[in-house]
Amino acid sequence: MRSRPGGIKSNSHAAMADPVLREALAKLKTGFQAKRKIAAANLPEFEALRDQARDMKRAVLKDLDSYLEIFETKVQEQGGQVHWASSDQEARDIVLAICRQAKAKLVAKGKSMISEEIALNPWLERHGFEVVETDLGEYIIQLRAEPPSHIIAPAIHLSRHQVAAAFRSRHKELDDKRQLSEPRQLLDEARAILRQKFLAADVGITGANFLVAETGSFVLVTNEGNGDLTQTLPRVHIVLASIEKVVPTLEAASLLTRLLARSATGQEMTSYTTVTTGPKRAGDLDGPEEFHIVLLDNGRTAMLGGPFEDMLRCIRCAACINHCPVYGAIGGHAYASFYCGPMGSVLTPALAGLEEWSDMPDASSLCGRCEQVCPVRIPLPRMLRSWRERAFERKITSATTRFGLGVWGAVAKRPWLYRLLVDLGMPVLKLLAGKKGSLSSLPLAGGWTASRDLPAPEGRSFVTQWAEYKKGARQ
Amino acid sequence: MSDARAKILSSIRQAQGRQALDAARRLDIETSIASHKPYLIPARAQLDTEAMRTLFIAKAEEVSARVLALEARTEVPAAVRALLAEMALPPILAVTPDPWWDGLDWGDLSIHKGSPRSDDMAGLARAKAGIAETGTLMLLSGATSPTLMNFMPDVHLVVLEESRLLGTYEEAWAQLRRESNAMPRAVNLITGPSRTGDIEQTILLGAHGPRRLIILLVKE
Repeated sequence: MRSRPGGIKSNSHAAMADPVLREALAKLKTGFQAKRKIAAANLPEFEALRDQARDMKRAVLKDLDSYLEIFETKVQEQGGQVHWASSDQEARDIVLAICRQAKAKLVAKGKSMISEEIALNPWLERHGFEVVETDLGEYIIQLRAEPPSHIIAPAIHLSRHQVAAAFRSRHKELDDKRQLSEPRQLLDEARAILRQKFLAADVGITGANFLVAETGSFVLVTNEGNGDLTQTLPRVHIVLASIEKVVPTLEAASLLTRLLARSATGQEMTSYTTVTTGPKRAGDLDGPEEFHIVLLDNGRTAMLGGPFEDMLRCIRCAACINHCPVYGAIGGHAYASFYCGPMGSVLTPALAGLEEWSDMPDASSLCGRCEQVCPVRIPLPRMLRSWRERAFERKITSATTRFGLGVWGAVAKRPWLYRLLVDLGMPVLKLLAGKKGSLSSLPLAGGWTASRDLPAPEGRSFVTQWAEYKKGARQ
Repeated sequence: MSDARAKILSSIRQAQGRQALDAARRLDIETSIASHKPYLIPARAQLDTEAMRTLFIAKAEEVSARVLALEARTEVPAAVRALLAEMALPPILAVTPDPWWDGLDWGDLSIHKGSPRSDDMAGLARAKAGIAETGTLMLLSGATSPTLMNFMPDVHLVVLEESRLLGTYEEAWAQLRRESNAMPRAVNLITGPSRTGDIEQTILLGAHGPRRLIILLVKE
């Protein structure tokens, strides 16, 4: 399921050497981060809403079976069909069967991370369907045949010039001399092409932000309006949703809505929040004739009742990603997973296995900003540590690292030994540093000193000085 | 796929260390859902009528919607005509088949009622509610209100009667439960025109939906 070969470590080197990517990621600070801060400050109840959202999601997870059953009944009452999928393969099979039954040729898609998780597009394409992503960012990366690099801003890693190049190479039917230097020109071109796709599509597939048990509705949030055209124009609509998306009531959905856009883009409300219940009704002038919801587990029930249950509160706002210094340095592709950043580093090993993905929880400085901004207060650093502990226990961590941690553990647990080594080491480092007062390379710490110097210790250790100070004070 | 259903439900029960909920506990959940308990509601939107109107206009304008205040329903055609002229658009208009428009004199505007056609530049719809908290419009799908009117035309004109102004989303849900027997297929909460930030995080209006949202706020 790796979107590209290689681990985070080797990918990161390439990412940090990419000037276009660095320029794109530099905008996170003035963009998403700054806007979230203002939006949160403008709503005095923001912190209290975060507490309530956490508690509401917790309560739902405790009785998730009942909420799903109630949701299912309500969907069926409105003429919708509910499909349960334990695995990604089951979900792909369900979608394929619906598309075949509909005798579809063209499938239009709204942005859906579940679709990335189950690798739906290649599956449908392999079976002869034309699949078109309609979210502008998703469309751009589809043209470039690459995965999203961010869960809400999939093409955040690209410059306008790269987008223009993709359009020129893939929109062959258009005049080659046309102007494409401005974002507006790029948007207008995509809008015109995708409008035709919306009108021609036989099946529309979208994700879901929330499922509402009370009414059997699903809630979809988009800024572009592509989700609405995708679910209104084609004859058949398929919703892909993971099981933890269910909430009790419209009021609970509103609680999360107040947090979602503010945490994600810093908007108070996304342009379009649509609550959809079942297929077209008698007398309705538009809407799909068939309405299907696929409820996907794919490893989530295994997270319940364990140390990673809290992760199932996630509402995919991407605040943790936007504020992560590691993501800000390497971007989303370096993670090579469908989910990136702190939320991805906790979720991916849970869904796809720690054996293959143990480098994701390692790629964190545990600075804690993710938890500070998470609208549903997911303890992300705690869970990243849990994964590291498991990787160590299961001997997934490399022998060298395990040896190093073993030595460190042995020393750190024996204060007398620790002090002895510090007292012996400090003068050595000082001597090595010489007049410069800093070290530009160190054995076993080449990774650290590759991009910065280590200031050499001066004088004696704190513990030694403290002991002397106390002794002096007593006299 | 009923196998998957049984498997998922039993995995949940196993993880929570219990069997399926007994009837009494299940009833508790259903009762709690039916009570529609509100969560914390921002103080910002708990206002008197005049303040609510001011907040609605301010919030709608903040997200690049334009708000035009009209004294009466009968002023709608002239206002629309002037707006189309101002935007250099032809005097052609798609209008929802809503009986609320009955008896209006459209003059030289060429209107057609029903779903919008793919070449319609402007469409006119009527909102079920306006939510002051974020300057949001609520439109419901139905026989007199096609959803596509909200997304296909370049210019989305929406009439909102002042009497339909509400403070919060919760009030809108309560109103919906009171006025409709069942949920309409689509409830569209619309906050400003369509937009995207997908190219270099630059915000542009008019991604797939309307490039412009103009709200005609009608007094009576």
